[in-house]
Amino acid sequence: MERPLTQDIRPDRSPLDIDEYERAGGYGALRKMLGEMPPDRVQEEVKASNLRGRGGAGFPTGVKWSFVPMGVDAPRPKYIISNSDEMEPGAFKDRLLMEGNPHQLIEGLIIGAYAVQADHAYVFLRWAYHRSARSVEKAVAQAYARGYLGRNILGSGYSLEMRIHISAGRYICGEETALLNALEGKRGIPRSKPPFPQLSGLWGKPAIVNNAETLANLPHIIAKGAEWYRGLSRSPDGGTKIYGVSGRVKNPGLWELPMGVTMREILEERAGGMAEGYRLRGIIPGGASTDFLLPEHLDVKMDYDSVQKAGSRLGTGTMIILDDRTCPVGMVHNLMRFFARESCGWCTPCREGLPWLTEILAALETGRGREGDLDILEDHTRLLGPGHTFCALAPGAVEPLQSALRHFRSDFERHIREKKCPWR
Amino acid sequence: MLTEEEKREIEKEIRKQEYPKAACVEVLRVLQAGRGWVSDEGIRDAAPLLGMTPEELDAVATFYPFIFRRPVGRHVIFICDAVSCWVMGYGNLLEHLERRLGITLGETTPDGRFTLLPISCLGACDCAPAVMIDRDLHGDLTPQKIDGLLERYE
Repeated sequence: MERPLTQDIRPDRSPLDIDEYERAGGYGALRKMLGEMPPDRVQEEVKASNLRGRGGAGFPTGVKWSFVPMGVDAPRPKYIISNSDEMEPGAFKDRLLMEGNPHQLIEGLIIGAYAVQADHAYVFLRWAYHRSARSVEKAVAQAYARGYLGRNILGSGYSLEMRIHISAGRYICGEETALLNALEGKRGIPRSKPPFPQLSGLWGKPAIVNNAETLANLPHIIAKGAEWYRGLSRSPDGGTKIYGVSGRVKNPGLWELPMGVTMREILEERAGGMAEGYRLRGIIPGGASTDFLLPEHLDVKMDYDSVQKAGSRLGTGTMIILDDRTCPVGMVHNLMRFFARESCGWCTPCREGLPWLTEILAALETGRGREGDLDILEDHTRLLGPGHTFCALAPGAVEPLQSALRHFRSDFERHIREKKCPWR
Repeated sequence: MLTEEEKREIEKEIRKQEYPKAACVEVLRVLQAGRGWVSDEGIRDAAPLLGMTPEELDAVATFYPFIFRRPVGRHVIFICDAVSCWVMGYGNLLEHLERRLGITLGETTPDGRFTLLPISCLGACDCAPAVMIDRDLHGDLTPQKIDGLLERYE
């Protein structure tokens, strides 16, 4: 089984330096691309690879790029940004890539930049990831020193400047338009679309935002081709995926596996199954903003379409496990408190609605739940759903709530009936 | 008043950017590095260098949890309260820390040694529960383990 993204990453994650990366074939894709592939060929290759965005939304990467104006009349400068602001609760995959193999991300970012003919690239990194920041900063300096960045890269005539922006910790900055505002030195609140960032993104110029894991795939696609990349997968979505499991399992962790392995394979074979004395009750498949699935869904393939068909989203592919000794209402309360705190406050339904939901869930947990509370919760899963808010934060926030109300209804009702949390 | 060194650092950060305002988070970090937190005076003095009003800069400063607009202790304990840590024993860990330090979230010990703050997912879900003390990440914690850890931070 091939593991292109993680095969060179050491168990202690000490970063590959540039010599080690080059010895492993690193920057070979960049050389090949600059030597023989015009930008539209790069875009075509990535489209053909069926690479879909690994930040959670799963939008085809090559298609995303295709909206950027190209040619001599295109507005300049153009930008590309690595969204390295991993903050989705339960997600810890981009950290591995940035700590363990920073040059892979940088080479990917240069390839993406070339594909849209960007002049500037940014790595937008979260503050709490100090080790990632050190690793990426050092790697960028090394890449400049070897001529992979800067003016006239490897004599190709293509130039790219790369900067690192270290954010100061807000979940919403992972939303691409909020990220762009944050980069411009404004409060990180989302913008309305259109205009889409590909046309007017950073300082009014075209900008592409790609997730760090997405970018890390690019050197491999360019080096070995779209057909090879599609062949890595067990689903129509191309490539491998870094999957994760956290919660009460024997061996929590991250594994790079073919896209489309089943949840059962990840949970039982990789994570070693449930920890001693715990039974599986639910699975949040892709980070905090995805719907709960149940043990009956264990044979669902972890790819974008399959998880969607089962009633959730692949999201980040990092599964969070609900066990039988953990209160599902308490778990949803924890999630809602997170989303309420991280709401940027720009639009009213999100700013006012999420704290209210959090308060009702807290009431249930402390025995103050009332008849009718579940109806209010249910109404809000619609009122805060798609189409009612400025961005996807609140619709994402209500996903675990709406599915918990469906799958764990009797647990919610017990809290009201018994006037306490049965797990306490 | 900004010190000469702060001014130099701020100007260096601004030069790295295409537009001065883009440096504002880094500039806030420069202020915080020197003083431990960002005062009203610091905001007022730094804003013009960025071509911003103090209000604009404060709007950014107050947006981010890691820009401290109030003094903090010598060490800041960030306790991850995201879902995986919650499942794996965040509650007990927090209770223990609060009892041991005699403070609650958002407070600083009377001797100025520790400030206790919540933090959103540290991305250490496979070694939950986790905390970050200053810049160091610590995972797989129990109340006993964290007692030993705290000794390292004078």
